[in-house]
Amino acid sequence: MPKVKVDGIDIEVPQGSTVLQACEAAGKEIPRFCYHERLSIAGNCRMCLVEMEKSPKPVASCAMPVMDGQVIYTNTEMVKKARQGVMEFLLINHPLDCPICDQGGECDLQDQSMKYGVDKSRYVLNKRSVKEKYMGPLIKTVMTRCIHCTRCIRFAEEIAGVPEIGAINRGENMEITTYLEKTLDSELSANVIDLCPVGALTSKPYAFEARPWELTKTESIDVMDAVGSNIRVDTKGWEVKRILPRINIDINEEWISDKSRYACDGLSVNRIDAPYIRVNGRLQSCDWIEAFNFISKNIKKFSGDNAFGIVGDLVDVETMYIFKKFFNDILSSNNIEFRQSKYYLDASNKTNYLFNVPIAKIDESDLIILVGANPRLEATIVNARIRKAQINNKAKVFSLGDVGDLTYNYENLGSKLSILKDIANNSHKLSALIKSAKKPMFIIGESALQIEIGEYVLETVKKILKQNNLLGKNWNALNILHQNASSVGALYLNLLSNNTNVLDKINDSNPKLIYLLGADKVKINSKNNFIIYQGTHGGSNSKIADVVLPGAAYTEKDGLFVNLEGRVQEAKKATFTVGNAKDDWKIIKALSDALGNPIDFNTHSILREHLFKDFPIFKHFDVLPNSSAEQLTFKNVSDVNGDIKLNSFDYYATNIIAANSKTMDECRKAKLILKKTATEN
Amino acid sequence: MSGKHVEANQPDKFEFNNESLKKIETILKKYPTERKKSAVMPLLDLAQRQHDNWIPLAAIKKIGEILEVPYIKVYEVATFYTMYNLAPTGKYFVQVCTTSPCAIRGSDKIVNLCKKYISEKESHLSKDGKSSWLEVECLGACVSAPMMQINDDFYEDLDEQSAVKIFEGIKNDTLPKPGSQKGRKGFEPNKRLTLVKN
Repeated sequence: MPKVKVDGIDIEVPQGSTVLQACEAAGKEIPRFCYHERLSIAGNCRMCLVEMEKSPKPVASCAMPVMDGQVIYTNTEMVKKARQGVMEFLLINHPLDCPICDQGGECDLQDQSMKYGVDKSRYVLNKRSVKEKYMGPLIKTVMTRCIHCTRCIRFAEEIAGVPEIGAINRGENMEITTYLEKTLDSELSANVIDLCPVGALTSKPYAFEARPWELTKTESIDVMDAVGSNIRVDTKGWEVKRILPRINIDINEEWISDKSRYACDGLSVNRIDAPYIRVNGRLQSCDWIEAFNFISKNIKKFSGDNAFGIVGDLVDVETMYIFKKFFNDILSSNNIEFRQSKYYLDASNKTNYLFNVPIAKIDESDLIILVGANPRLEATIVNARIRKAQINNKAKVFSLGDVGDLTYNYENLGSKLSILKDIANNSHKLSALIKSAKKPMFIIGESALQIEIGEYVLETVKKILKQNNLLGKNWNALNILHQNASSVGALYLNLLSNNTNVLDKINDSNPKLIYLLGADKVKINSKNNFIIYQGTHGGSNSKIADVVLPGAAYTEKDGLFVNLEGRVQEAKKATFTVGNAKDDWKIIKALSDALGNPIDFNTHSILREHLFKDFPIFKHFDVLPNSSAEQLTFKNVSDVNGDIKLNSFDYYATNIIAANSKTMDECRKAKLILKKTATEN
Repeated sequence: MSGKHVEANQPDKFEFNNESLKKIETILKKYPTERKKSAVMPLLDLAQRQHDNWIPLAAIKKIGEILEVPYIKVYEVATFYTMYNLAPTGKYFVQVCTTSPCAIRGSDKIVNLCKKYISEKESHLSKDGKSSWLEVECLGACVSAPMMQINDDFYEDLDEQSAVKIFEGIKNDTLPKPGSQKGRKGFEPNKRLTLVKN
C-alpha cells in the first residue's frame, strides 16, 4: 500500500486511491463539487486543488492517483489562492440568488464560497442566463445556477441506467438538459436533486415549502417497498415536508426511489381522522367510546371460524403482533392472512421466503435469473444493485417472463414454466451457465408464485440450486422478491393461512367478522359480514366497512419493519397522528379493554418486551438473520405446465399513501406522455 | 454566439440512402465492434451531406440506433461542433470569420451586412430560403482578412462594397469569382513587393 504524507501526517492508503481520499483519511477536508464517492471521476470543477511536492502547478486531487512517497499540502498559500481563484470563476456566471433559491442553507456552493472563497468579484460584464429545462414533474430546474459539475449526467448514466441527461453546446454556451427536454424515465430520477451541489436541480413538489433549518429531522425507515430503504423524514409542524435518503451501505447506499421520496404528500390528504360507524346504511363519525360500544355489540356472535383478519401492506410488526394476540386470545381464531392476493409462500423455513443474498452482495453476483420478477418496479434499489453487478462484474441477467426495460441488458428466456424443468434436467443452456458461475442468484417475484404455479416454481428452483450446491451458508442463491414492507414481518409472525384459504373463506356467504388492518387491496363482499377497517386513508375497503378506525401512518408511530432480507429496522415517529387517530397497537389494546378481555400491554415498551420474548428474531436490529439453509426441506412436486405472467403493477400507486399522492399521479401522467411520444422526435 | 439553432420544423423520417449505407459499412470497419460509437462523427457528417447540408433530429436518432449510443450522446456531439448544422442552410451557406485578425480588419461590418442581407439571426434561413450565415472561428486565411466562406469557396480581402456585391450575387445566383475580391494574386503584400525585389 502506498505511503503518502499529507500536511506532515504520514498515512497509508489502499492501492488505487486518489489523493483526495488520502487527504480525507488524514482528516483534511477537501472542497469539491464534481467528485462524488459513488460516481465516476470527472475532474472538471477544479475545486479540490492541492499542492504536491515536485509539481509546479496545483493538482486536482480527485483525479490524481496516490503514488508512494507523495508529499501533499492542503493548507499552503498556493492552495488557498487556487481555491479562491476557482471559486471566483465558478461564481462568474452563478446568479447569487440565494434568497430565492431552495438550495439555500444546504448548498455546497454557498458553504464553500463562505469557507474558501473571496468576498467580492472582479467580473463586471453581464452574467449569462440559461433557459429552464423540463425534466419531469419531480425535478425543478433553474439552469442559470448550474456550475456544470456533471454529477447528474453521470448519475443518470451510471447508477440509474437511463443515459438521457447530457451537456449540449460548448464552452460558455454549455447547457445541461435531457434529450429534447423529456421527462427522465427512471424511478431513481429524484436522486439528482440530492446530487446537485447547487440549486440548479431542486425538488419541484417541495419548491418554496420550507428552509432546511426550519425542519425537524427524524431518521426512519421507508415502507413503500420491501427493501426498507433508510430515510430521513423532514417535518415542519405537523406536516411531512420531504423525505431524503439516509446512507446505509448495506441497503440503499445513498439513493431512494422516487416513490419513497415523494409519496409523502399523500400523508396529508384523504385521511381518516375520526372513528366512523355505519348507522342506517351510512357511515357517520363518532368518538372512540361509541365506536368500541358499536363493535362490542356486533362482535359477540363471531368467534373462532367466523372471525377473519387481513393484514395490509404498511403495517408494523408490533401492530401485527398484538393483532395476532387479539385474534388468538380474544376471538380464539387463527384466520389471519397478510397476502391480499393469492400467491404461494412456504413459511416452514426462513430460507423459503427471504431474499437470501444480502442486498450489498448482489454486486458480487455473476449470473442473475429473474423468475417472474420486475425488480425495477417492485424493488428499485435492488434493481440498481443488479445493474451494478452487471457493470462491475459483467453479470449475465436472464428473465423468465417479459418484464420490459430494466435499465440494463438481459435476455428474455420466454415465459414457459417448462424452461425451469429443462434447467433442472440439465437440458437448457442455463444449466451449464449455473454450473460455471461462481455466485449465481435466482430472484423469484410474486408473479411467479401465483397459487396455481407457485409451489412448483419454488420447489423446482430449490431443486436446481440443490443440485448445484447453491443453498449454502455463505451463498444462498434462493431469493424471494416481496413487494410489501409488512410481508417478511408477517411471515416471521406466521400470519398466513394454508394456500391463502382465508381469502377463499371470506368470500363465502356465511356471516362473519372481517377485521381489515390497513388492507386495501383485498376484494371483500360486504353482504352479511361485519367489517372493521383500521387504517389511515379512505379507500374502497373503508367505504364498505361497518366500523372505520383511524390509525397512524408510518411517519406517525414508532414501529419495526422487516425488509426482504429479513433485516429488522425501526421506523421512528416523526410527526403526530391526524385528528382523533391513534397508534394502531393502542387501538387494538383499547378494543380488547372494551370487550372486557384486556391484553395487558400498557406501554409500547412492554409490548415490545413481549414481542421479543415470543419472537426473539425481532430482538436484533439492523443485522441479517442467521442462515437456516441447513434445515431446508424439499418437496417432490408434480409437473405444472403454464406460463409465468407478470401481474400488472402500477408503480405509482402500490399502496394507499402513494395512491393518494398528487405527485405520484403527476409522475404517472408524465410517464404516459413519455410512452406515447418516446418513439417520435 | 449562443447555443446552436435547432430547426423547429423537423422531418418525420430520415433514412440513409444506399450509397451512404455502403459508406457506413466502410466507416464501421475502421473501429473495433465494441467501440463502434467512435463512428459518430463520420456518420453525422454523412447524414449532413446526404440531407442538404443539415442534420435533422431523425438522423440523430437513426445514428444512435446504428451505433447503439443514447440519443443524447449523439446530440451532444452534433451541438458541440460548429461544422454540423442542425437547421437548413439554404443553397448558399455563408460562414464569416470573426477571429482576431479578421475582427481587426473589420469583420463586424461583414456580420452587420449578413444581418441586413440574409437574416437577423445566424443559422436562420433568409426570407427567400436561399441562404443562411454563421459566425465561425479562424478559417486560416488571416493574410487576406476579412474573409468569408460560401459553401466550399473562400471570398477574401472583403470590404463593405465587395461584400454587398457578393450578397446581391447570392440573390441573383451570380456570385463573383472566389478568392481575393481586390484582385490580389498569391497574396503578395498589398502595396509593394519588399522581399523578392532584388
